[in-house]
Amino acid sequence: MYIDPHVHMVSRTTDDYERMALAGCVAITEPAFWAGYDRSSAQGFFDYFRTLTDYEPRRAQQYGIAHHTWLCINPKEAEDLGLAREVLEIIPDFLEKPNVLGIGEIGLNKNSRNELRIFEEHVDLAKRHDQMILIHTPHLEDKLKGTKLILDALENAEVDPGRVLVDHVEEHTVELVLDRGFWAGMTLYPDTKCTPQRAADIFEIYGQERIWINSAGDWGPSDPLAVPKCQQELRARGHFEEMIRKVSYDNPLGFLSQSGKFRTSVE
Amino acid sequence: MTDANCPMDRAAVIDRYFLEHRAKLIDLAAFLDRVDRSGDGTVDDFRITAFRKAIEELLESGPGRARRVQEAFSDHSTEPIEQAPMKGALGAFNPNDQA
Ligand SMILES: [Zn+2]
Repeated sequence: MYIDPHVHMVSRTTDDYERMALAGCVAITEPAFWAGYDRSSAQGFFDYFRTLTDYEPRRAQQYGIAHHTWLCINPKEAEDLGLAREVLEIIPDFLEKPNVLGIGEIGLNKNSRNELRIFEEHVDLAKRHDQMILIHTPHLEDKLKGTKLILDALENAEVDPGRVLVDHVEEHTVELVLDRGFWAGMTLYPDTKCTPQRAADIFEIYGQERIWINSAGDWGPSDPLAVPKCQQELRARGHFEEMIRKVSYDNPLGFLSQSGKFRTSVE
Repeated sequence: MTDANCPMDRAAVIDRYFLEHRAKLIDLAAFLDRVDRSGDGTVDDFRITAFRKAIEELLESGPGRARRVQEAFSDHSTEPIEQAPMKGALGAFNPNDQA
């Protein structure tokens, strides 16, 4: 049994829902993200948010998977301040939807001034509406700097770190995030983030408190079964079932339940 | 419950992972050969420079190699940049980008 707390199902087929259910997935959360192209208007985001709050939960439900979401305009589309602010204005209309857990995945991409500005405006929105936050940290060479900028901005905004998950941590950022009291997510990607083996190493080195794993399955090279594959890796190393369950089920359950809306069954 | 270390013993770790990582090491060697054989043979690319620096970390003893390899590829500046030049990332920081 497991929870995949970060997966972009709009980019996946219904077959993936079936395979995930067969592998033991009971619940997922789907942060709003970049579609692979820039949307031309706030209306494009309105339709995307309708998909995330209406159509996708129904598709998941057919396979017994409880679907949840996080809303935002992602940092890749934040250079256009005008568009970003229009999108920020429509988000509150969706926050009362039953499967919306908070604001996400917000953060930085190339660590630019406008990305940081729009990130801070999302954090402010989350604070005003008492929402939890899911953070995207930048890719590859930009991750270390971006993670530091994000953590500083969150501390300046005096956000409760226990209600913020900082995702896509790797060997050089996991400690920064955990030491400052935030939750950390490891994304299991074939090439560009953590492999199941390296995620297992990080659990062994940094412990299993306030940390989880996800597939971040999307339209790029990614694997919607990455979480059960990491469970398998931990099992093969001889870790206790209790530990495996903690990082793939209990931890996401504990964090996400703070929203008051998280479910592990579709009943 | 915390498992501070890998619960497998040393021999089991090597048995399980050696062949996979031996193959990856040969891949690295073949990649560097391929880079040398390409074009006019001179290699002057910030990514390869970072790559060679990262490889040196593998020969250091003690833990933290993975972290130091990650740091070798990272941008260590601290101020936000004026404007995002592109959406993607290249895998290594280009020191010539420093404004
Ligand atoms: Zn994502």
